[in-house]
Amino acid sequence: MKATVYVTIKESVLDPQGNAVQGALHSMGFEEVGKVRIGKYMELELDTNDRAEAEERLRAMCEKLLANTVVEDFRFELV
Amino acid sequence: MHFGVLVFPGSNCDIDCYKAVGDTIDQTVEYVWHTETDLSRFDAILVPGGFSYGDYLRCGAIARFAPVMTALQAFAARGGYVLGICNGFQILTEAGLLPGALLRNQSLKFRCHSALLRVENAGTAFTGSYQEGQVIDIPIAHGEGNYYCDEETLAELTRENRIVFRYAGENPNGSLNDIAGIINKEGNVLGMMPHPERAVHVRLGSGDGAGMFESILNAWRETNGAAVNR
Repeated sequence: MKATVYVTIKESVLDPQGNAVQGALHSMGFEEVGKVRIGKYMELELDTNDRAEAEERLRAMCEKLLANTVVEDFRFELV
Repeated sequence: MHFGVLVFPGSNCDIDCYKAVGDTIDQTVEYVWHTETDLSRFDAILVPGGFSYGDYLRCGAIARFAPVMTALQAFAARGGYVLGICNGFQILTEAGLLPGALLRNQSLKFRCHSALLRVENAGTAFTGSYQEGQVIDIPIAHGEGNYYCDEETLAELTRENRIVFRYAGENPNGSLNDIAGIINKEGNVLGMMPHPERAVHVRLGSGDGAGMFESILNAWRETNGAAVNR
């Protein structure tokens, strides 16, 4: 089974990278761009066929290591 | 008094920390590899700066799960002094030994220069040699030193006088409330972005960091008998 994990900075936390990219896009003429948030995308191969177990263990991976829940949100998909 | 300096793959301020202990207070010190599981022989542990595990994923995120970190949790719980500097501070927040997190500098730049700090709390085991409100000159060198915590945590840190250092001049990273260093509730774990170990002699640009090592020794002597030297 393959999992994709998305980690993003919480809405309440300032994202300096996103702000810089927003500024760059504006200066390039892409005025329609509003807020930009930068995050991480991860692909994990899981050696299991049990979907429920995979979800449970992925949540633990995210909470323990893949995201810092003090400043980041996460979500994942199983394919 | 016996000091340990943790060494992770990618630590690069470990030698400075090691030498600072000898040069400022002439106490015994040894390196502690990240695989060690027992810290009971130490009185103080320095978690040095650098780029542990290449700063992969997040600064300190992987180091936080090294075997020595379980031992550090136990060491801190029994009241041992822990000083985390720069990447060491990041590791301590990731490990939950200190609240909050360190984000990318607001400028997105790696800032490496001397910085003025105000000692906001001179009553800790790490700052007793300074005067309250004293401004000291300690260098910084980081790209992710932008301290952040939620409002509730900030209120708690402020109320309990646990913001130990603030940037006295320009805030180099955009940290909340100009925070440069904080301490835990129990007063034995301090994390800071600036590098006191790089400021232990005027020939290095500043000798102001030596006071931190002197403070720790004094605090330790007060609880272990003034006559003890080592």
